[in-house]
Parts: sequence; C-alpha cells; structure tokens
Amino acid sequence: METEASIITSLPLGFPTCLFELKMHIYLKRQQMLFCCTTNTVEEPLDLIRLSLDERIYVKMRNDRELRGRLHAYDQHLNMILGDVEETVTTVEIDEETYEELYKSTKRNIPMLFVRGDGVVLVAPPLRVG
Amino acid sequence: MWLSLVGKDVVVELKNDLSICGTLHSVDQYLNIKLTDISVTDPEKYPHMLSVKNCFIRGSVVRYVQLPADEVDTQLLQDAARKEAMQQKQ
Repeated sequence: METEASIITSLPLGFPTCLFELKMHIYLKRQQMLFCCTTNTVEEPLDLIRLSLDERIYVKMRNDRELRGRLHAYDQHLNMILGDVEETVTTVEIDEETYEELYKSTKRNIPMLFVRGDGVVLVAPPLRVG
Repeated sequence: MWLSLVGKDVVVELKNDLSICGTLHSVDQYLNIKLTDISVTDPEKYPHMLSVKNCFIRGSVVRYVQLPADEVDTQLLQDAARKEAMQQKQ
C-alpha cells in the first residue's frame, strides 16, 4: 500500500490514478502503438506489396506467364491468393520455312487462385496507359 | 486458411502443366497436398491416371491451386496477410 501511494504521488499531473482510468490509458496507448506498427514502419519491398492488398495487381511469372487479379493475401515467399484472375500465357511459334516468329497468347479466367511464390518474378500495379 | 479449404473441391495445376481436380484432404507446412477422389479437368493437360483415386502432391511442384471463390472470405485473408507481414518483419 505504501509503494502504491508513492507511485501515485510521483506520477505526472493529470495522469490517471484510479484503476479504471489507468487500464483505459494503457489500453488506448496499446491501440495507438499497434496502429503505428502497421503504418509507420519502414517500407521494405514486402510492405509495398502490403499497400496493394485488395487492389488489382499485375504479376509476371516464369514460363512467360502473366496474371492480373485482385490481391487478397500474400506471404514472405510471395505465395499469393488472387481473385478474379486473368492468366496470359505467351508462346512463340516459329515458321520453319520463313523463320518468322509468331507470338500467340492464351488467356483464361479463374475466380480464385492460389499462386505458389517460387514461380513469381514480378509484382506491380496493373499496366495501364496513363 | 488452408484448414478451411479441407473437404472442398480444388483444381491443382502443377508445374508440368498437369491439372488435377480433387477434394482437398490435407495440407502440411510445406504445402504438400493430399487429394482424394481425383477427376479430370483440362482434357490433354491431364495424364491418364484412371486407376488413381487419391494422390499426394509435393508442394514444390504446384504452380496454382484453383479455389472455390465462395469459400474465401477476402476480408479475413487480407487482415491475416497484413498481420503475417508484420510478424515476418519482427
């Protein structure tokens, strides 16, 4: 009891002293800190991807594949979950006689897709003109 | 997240272009997948494994897993991704 009283008298003026107020104060400070932790931290590359959550993104993958979809989740491996996805696979057909290169692309739509991170090469906002 | 998908029908597309439709039986930390009751999805991209009912797929050979859109709670996923990103930083 003595130590409690001495602690209370040593607190700055205006600082909550009753138990309820103290608990509220600690709770609010913690909320503030948690909020800061999610926004004021250094922007590493993965943080930049975090900014794209629930946005449409463009993903370039190995084997000439591209995805455009809404980013719902990702992790440090760049495994991703994309919604409303359009996959584009680009192939080159070479004419044996003329040696002409004919670029073909195949598209397909998938409503919800998990993408394994080891195939991902690039993540960017969708490429748009202007 | 994967636990909520166990029992649902998914299509696993592998890096060798094989597509396998089946019921998700289990997933592990490496994202190895066990599928039961395999059936055909893409015509030629599916090998002739007529006798196979269940299969174990090594996680590293998976390219995509097509999920049922209605199962997924996008808000929950996004929040979980944010939290995981924060945890990974620390």
